[in-house]
Amino acid sequence: MSLLRVLGRVAGVVGVLWGAATLTFIAQQLMPTDPAQTILGGAGAKPSPEQIAAVNAQYGFDRAVLVQYLDYLGGLLRGDLGTSYIRKQPVTDIIGQQIGSTVTLTITALLAAWFIAVAVTLVTAHRNRSVAALGSGLETLLAALPQYWLGIVLLVVFAFHLHVLPVVGDGGFEGLVLPALTLALPLAGFLGQVTRDEFSSAMEQPFAVSARARGMSDFGVRWRHALRHAVLPGLTLSGWALGSLFSTAVIVESVFVRPGLGRVLVDAVASHDMPVVVGVTLLVAAVYVIANLLVRVAFVRADPRLRSA
Amino acid sequence: MAVNVADAVAMRSGLQIRDAHAFRPTVYVAALFLALVLAWAVVPSAFTSGSPFDTDIEAALRGPSLDHWFGTDASGRDIYTRVVFGARSSLLIGVAATALALLAAIAFGFAAGLGGRICDGAISRFLEVVLALPGLLLALLFIAMFGPGVATEIVAVAIGSAAGYAWMVRGQVIAVKGSDYVSAATALGHEPRRIVAQHVFPNAMRPLVVLATMGVGQSIVWASSLSFLGLGVAPPAPEWGAMLDAGRDFVSTAWWLELFPGLAIIGCTLAVTVLGRYLQQRLEGRLT
Amino acid sequence: MMARREANADRAKALLRVEDLTVAFGAGRDRRQVVRGVSFEVAPGECFAIVGESGSGKSVTARTLLGLPGASSHVTATRLELRGKSVLHHRDRDWRRVRGREVGFVLQDALVSLDPLRTVGREIAETLRLHRFGGGARRRERVLELLTAVGVPEPELRSRQLPHELSGGQRQRALIASAIALDPPLVIADEPTTALDVTIQAQILDLLQAMKERGTGLILISHDLAVVSRLADRIAVMRDGRLVEEGAVADVLTQPRDPYTQALLDAVPAAHRKGTRLSNVPPRPVHAGHCSEPPADGIVLQADSLVKRFGGPDGVERAAVEDVSFTIGVGETLGIVGESGSGKTTTARLALALLQPDAGTVRLAGERWSEATEAQRRPRRRRISVVYQDPLGSFDPRWTVRRIVEDALPTDVYPDSAARHRRTRELLADVGLGDEHLGRRPLLLSGGQRQRVAIARALAPEPSLIVCDEPVSALDVTIQAQVLDLLADLQQKLGLSYLFISHDLGVIHHVADRVLVMRDGGVVESGTATEIFETPRDPYTRQLLTSLPAVEPEPALGGQS
Repeated sequence: MSLLRVLGRVAGVVGVLWGAATLTFIAQQLMPTDPAQTILGGAGAKPSPEQIAAVNAQYGFDRAVLVQYLDYLGGLLRGDLGTSYIRKQPVTDIIGQQIGSTVTLTITALLAAWFIAVAVTLVTAHRNRSVAALGSGLETLLAALPQYWLGIVLLVVFAFHLHVLPVVGDGGFEGLVLPALTLALPLAGFLGQVTRDEFSSAMEQPFAVSARARGMSDFGVRWRHALRHAVLPGLTLSGWALGSLFSTAVIVESVFVRPGLGRVLVDAVASHDMPVVVGVTLLVAAVYVIANLLVRVAFVRADPRLRSA
Repeated sequence: MAVNVADAVAMRSGLQIRDAHAFRPTVYVAALFLALVLAWAVVPSAFTSGSPFDTDIEAALRGPSLDHWFGTDASGRDIYTRVVFGARSSLLIGVAATALALLAAIAFGFAAGLGGRICDGAISRFLEVVLALPGLLLALLFIAMFGPGVATEIVAVAIGSAAGYAWMVRGQVIAVKGSDYVSAATALGHEPRRIVAQHVFPNAMRPLVVLATMGVGQSIVWASSLSFLGLGVAPPAPEWGAMLDAGRDFVSTAWWLELFPGLAIIGCTLAVTVLGRYLQQRLEGRLT
Repeated sequence: MMARREANADRAKALLRVEDLTVAFGAGRDRRQVVRGVSFEVAPGECFAIVGESGSGKSVTARTLLGLPGASSHVTATRLELRGKSVLHHRDRDWRRVRGREVGFVLQDALVSLDPLRTVGREIAETLRLHRFGGGARRRERVLELLTAVGVPEPELRSRQLPHELSGGQRQRALIASAIALDPPLVIADEPTTALDVTIQAQILDLLQAMKERGTGLILISHDLAVVSRLADRIAVMRDGRLVEEGAVADVLTQPRDPYTQALLDAVPAAHRKGTRLSNVPPRPVHAGHCSEPPADGIVLQADSLVKRFGGPDGVERAAVEDVSFTIGVGETLGIVGESGSGKTTTARLALALLQPDAGTVRLAGERWSEATEAQRRPRRRRISVVYQDPLGSFDPRWTVRRIVEDALPTDVYPDSAARHRRTRELLADVGLGDEHLGRRPLLLSGGQRQRVAIARALAPEPSLIVCDEPVSALDVTIQAQVLDLLADLQQKLGLSYLFISHDLGVIHHVADRVLVMRDGGVVESGTATEIFETPRDPYTRQLLTSLPAVEPEPALGGQS
């Protein structure tokens, strides 16, 4: 891909991030509750006007909107996501403390989902009616499961009844299994459907016949030809999948009482702690667009269809 | 010639001809289930005699029995009754959120598709930005701004899915606009207004029917997720997600607290997915 | 005795012997026979061609010879022998040793017949790898040898590229290379040139001819009698699963015994005198509508110095149409012929004012057309209508035949619905469709029926000129003949003019009064049809004409007039 093209795409990414930052800034401005009130103790507190004025001056809420906006953008470029209204800590610190756990969970879940989706597709796709229907039905079922319910069920079965895995993770690998599985299974259902459609379609194409005509076995065609086609759309969805996993990690961490960004986010939403909410949101957006960009650049040579998108 | 053309068309494209009148149990079951849930939402008192708020401490945390089909919760409330009454809020939020999202999607999508380069460019960039933020996070952002509540939940869930729908609508409108039959209509001398009404709108909307059906399932799951996190409907209102949240602490001993509301949610989601797939096949003309 | 010894020697030499091959699909009540009792033999160095239209079973036959008949199929035969060994009861494991080594297979359209995600070199080497040919280095060497042998320039570069990075002709050569990698004695080619331009097609046929001369036995499957006659030694005609005729090329083409073969030969436009009918369907009566006034000077469409440029994917502007001028008179057919990328479709769209020219003008019936505003053009659009190559794409997928045709009727002439219904039925009758088609959706009609509906729709506004953009290219030869006859009848009875666009020189020669030859956006030659085809002046025109496979030797002229 030419350098100009890559630069163009990077510019696009920067544009989207700038747009996301602007959107979240507008969201903060539109809030009905007064941020100063929140900082000073929430709805129950009754701060004096002097206290409010002091907070406004300290946080800069009394300046013109445009000035606040530019200041906000400047902060973002420096890596400063603001200060939490409730915890009074820089948002970057709060995120930094919790992000490791969430990232581990998300990456593990993505890999697991991939593995399951591809395995189910390889085994059940494009075979006789009942096997294919079984695989397809399994994927539909998995995709329809709400994460938190699945998490609870897995917890009950494996932790409470079978005592195979711990109830509350201690940060080790065993504590990762159930939460990762909870995240991975519904995603595997969705990815599996996409992969399976592409796989079946590829097996029907003339190049599959050409391969058989050279003396390749059916399994060979699946493994060496169709598989590559099948994983492509799923891989290009990786960016989206990461974003989606991050957000559902919120729920899963709550179910398994696992430390991470999820807990932080839910508390922040409940207490109107906008800087934290916005900070996490922007972080996820950045992950999403950067992952998308990397996928595009990596695969554009392999799949000409991506070129025009 | 004796060759059945429809068969030949389908064989060549690798599709399977299914007899339109064949017995397809999954679709019937799905439709029946959804009808039941709808009935629960509209006339809950026809299905259960009690109230979802009646407490009975004596009978707390009892398993399923003849008196309490789904068991009781920590305050002795009958779970079956609460599931039945809970259908209303889940269905309400699910349907309302999807409808709202679709309305926004149609407005933005058609504006972008039909509106010319500048309009399309502006709306596309805006949608790209919104799409960079995962749906659930957008919903959470909205709730962080305006606090929990039914109306907020509806708007939040709608916001989460609207951008994706809008992108699809835009794609459809552009595809139809560039199709040969629109070109043929132009060549016949029809006015643009007539072409939009007769060709663009109906054909661009067709896949949305499927999307909407499956979208209701997703909205129900999201709404219940928000309640599960404590950010949705306030307890003790009967709402499936809230019930799952409340039952978490007792799950090791009272499994029925989690099972039945969860089955209700999953049942709805599966049912709409099955129906959506069926509709998709119908609309794409795979059935003769 | 000499005959018997020769016959024995022949039998020993036969590469492939097929006797009473039957292939059926489906089970129980749904079982359908697609190939019924087919028998033939192929000798080394011989090209045996199977010719048939779609649905004849020729492709299934070809695949069955590789052991790949398709899912839920039942294959039976009295004899199926490859080089003297029976393959009738081979299981897949046994077939895998045969495919690629004893038999090579070439499909049409290398763009989809080669894996688009794998390099050309890997695809060719796959045959070698599957049959354990040497090591990595030896295989790479062989791949380059093969690419050179099939005539692909810069083989080292090409072998590292993906199929879409090669031109159409080079791709097809690479596909052939992958089939002959192990030098199989028998090669089966299923429509190997259909997706290619005429000039490229000629080169591929030359390549196959060279293979034949080296001793490879060739089975050629095609719908195109002309392509086949150039290569084949013996031809078999297949219809509905049966071989209705078989024999040496000269015999079959000059003295066919089966009426279907005769119909196939008649349907080829190049074989006819101009003005004769291609099919044996008699002309139908036509319900004339309200004809509009013919223009005073007799010129229906006039285009002057048209220029249209498009920005390419790399941002550089290319001229799709450069300085094209022509006129079309009343009742006249102007043919535009050219290969892909010549600009003929863009010219059609300019004529229809669906595109605005960057320079030059179009005038319709003496009035401003391209220079007018769309609002001014709209009421006059009924004078010019269009028939596309793929009618299915030009119909709203939800509409029935009736609605499609009624939608095109002018509302001022047919104001009430009873009149519109009556006129719709008249139009359908004119094109040979009955009332039973009114309520059908085009998806359920055959290709020929769909094209008739498209013609009915084009007639509905009562135009003076119909633009036909490759209207018969996707149709079987016998159906093509019927549609061309229909168009000729309508022209005669209604005084229509046609702007007829095609890549098929034979069709253009048959239908057009005057011809424009286009290449890369410009007109290289123009003149009457006779001039262009008998005394071409431009070298490109001459190249097109020599590349055109004519049905040779001259077939029996059976045209009805």
